[in-house]
Amino acid sequence: MTDVTAQPEVTGQQAVLRVANISKEYQLGHGLFSRFGGAQKTSLKALDGVDLELRRGEVLALVGESGSGKSTLAKILVGALNPTAGDIHELGLADGAGRRERARRVQMVFQDPYSSLNPRISVGSMLAGLLRLHRVVPPGEVRAESIRLLNRVGLQEDALSAYPSQFSGGQRQRLAIARALAVRPDVLVADEPVSALDVSVQATILELFRSLQDELGLSILFVAHNLAVVQHLSQRVAVMYLGRIVETADTAEIFSNPRHPYTRALIDSIPRMSADSVTDQFEVEGEPPSPINVPSGCRFHPRCPIAVDRCRTEDPALSPVGPGHASACLLAGDLPAYRGGPELKEEQ
Amino acid sequence: MNETPLLSVRNLSLGVQRKGRATTVIVDDISFDVAEGERFGIVGESGSGKSLTLRAIANLLPAGVKVLSGSIAYRGQDLQTMPAKARRGLAGQEIAMIFQEPMTALNPVMRVGEQIAESPRRNLGLSKSAAMDLAIDMMRKTGIADPAHRARAYPHELSGGLRQRIMIAMALSCSPRLLLCDEPTTALDVTVQLQVLRLLEQLCEDTETALVFVTHDLGVVNQTCRELGVMYAGEIVERGRVKDVFADPRHPYTKGLLDSAPDFDQPDRELIAIPGFPPNLADRPDGCPFQPRCSFAVDRCATARPRLAPVLPGREAACFETARIFQGVTA
Repeated sequence: MTDVTAQPEVTGQQAVLRVANISKEYQLGHGLFSRFGGAQKTSLKALDGVDLELRRGEVLALVGESGSGKSTLAKILVGALNPTAGDIHELGLADGAGRRERARRVQMVFQDPYSSLNPRISVGSMLAGLLRLHRVVPPGEVRAESIRLLNRVGLQEDALSAYPSQFSGGQRQRLAIARALAVRPDVLVADEPVSALDVSVQATILELFRSLQDELGLSILFVAHNLAVVQHLSQRVAVMYLGRIVETADTAEIFSNPRHPYTRALIDSIPRMSADSVTDQFEVEGEPPSPINVPSGCRFHPRCPIAVDRCRTEDPALSPVGPGHASACLLAGDLPAYRGGPELKEEQ
Repeated sequence: MNETPLLSVRNLSLGVQRKGRATTVIVDDISFDVAEGERFGIVGESGSGKSLTLRAIANLLPAGVKVLSGSIAYRGQDLQTMPAKARRGLAGQEIAMIFQEPMTALNPVMRVGEQIAESPRRNLGLSKSAAMDLAIDMMRKTGIADPAHRARAYPHELSGGLRQRIMIAMALSCSPRLLLCDEPTTALDVTVQLQVLRLLEQLCEDTETALVFVTHDLGVVNQTCRELGVMYAGEIVERGRVKDVFADPRHPYTKGLLDSAPDFDQPDRELIAIPGFPPNLADRPDGCPFQPRCSFAVDRCATARPRLAPVLPGREAACFETARIFQGVTA
């Protein structure tokens, strides 16, 4: 559906992970009643032709509202889900690498640190198990490596004998990150890793992610809905809406010069801490429609304040609108100048 | 009229009392007033006691949590000493509440129109059909398209944003004077959050309803409220106008909170986390509860407890060293 060649050219940076034309469909109506009633099958398209590239050493933020497919895409990237169609290219992976090697390379950190750690396994055995399974270090060095991992995420050696319940939310998220790092991955996929944490703790975890990027050269896919957090951490942003990527650009570019009405609406919806509320024409009405019933034409047109007739029939592909900037909007070239971006404080 | 504030919370302490054990104080000696038509925000992190304070006002404290001391007065009448029947009469008609998670706050087996109509029928004595008309009218006011049809839906058939609008319609159905909101938009998507906040703002403005708004989101409180109380470990540590507090915080915790939160309008500012953890409430430190995490702390902070005291016109802070915290983060 979306034209693969329309992806912005990679500028010198090497990709570590690339997905092309990924779709994920769920068949609905297989319930008991419909089987007897012979109701027609409906399907839910969680992802509909997504192309995405994660470059070496970057933090790429995937943003969007509930139902946009961002978590589905994250799960496909770590191999927890299989796509219905499309290809995943793991670049730099040796030919014939097995499942275990594949799993080792891309690790995941989940949103809720209370449910993503096994409460009955001590931190020490959790880490040791992984280190042994993947033969990361010789058996004699497992303990030393575990301590090194804990120190890396800001925890002490005494955490080894403790259980997850003995830690606070922020510390648990550190444990989850240590677990992901244990197998020395190239890519970290983090699904809303700070949204369950208090603001003051959030900052320490964001700082940890940044140091992992700087010091270990990890590539991080950061799934988030909080745009202020995204702006602080990521280099590039991909905006998702109803199973599609509708805009991608460098972080500073996308927030100062958004070229898709949905991105503008998202930015204008941020409850601002210092600026007064932004009044722009890009306030949208209603809620994202259900992915069971995707609107015709541009999937954003029912909520779009500038939609024209063409938008109801033509489905726009993600196409370049500037260097490293792509938008899936038929009117991307005609959008009025943007005034809702960060109010930078230079004048004061 | 102007002498008595709409809501007056005085020296309120909440806690858990168990036989043979020391009392755990969760909310410790807090006081604030909310004037007619005022919008008062309470911000704080998990465990700061902000939601319990709201629940105490609404008389919806969870089992086991008790008012240990202090008073909550509505139009000068103490809610604690008021007969139970009179207090029930206030619920809905005078004081209403909106909860965070509309799915668990709505009755799943009752049509939403009937749920909205329930309170007007009981409190205003309306007939069944008149109450239903009012319900449909309220739904229209909250921006629900095709309200007559939607009134027949069950909560699970509606989206999160619509359910929150139903909650708002329900809370405002008897035109209360005081609306208590417990993180009403936390469960919603950002574009929908904006719509719901605008709606609340507009409806409260139209009817001059006062608002007590509990949230952990500094941006949301900036967009919704005029006055602000910052809670930490069950205490109000700073109080003042939202814009003033954000521009020039006078309590180290407020400053820490503002420094640690990413601000979209200051993308290059470094985030500074607050070191350490909130105190264990069962084992409250003697001095200032924030002292172990505070970079401004002096010897006195570990032994004596600072009280909320005026530091600027219209501003109070509970800190001995408040004079040293000048020029906050956003200035």
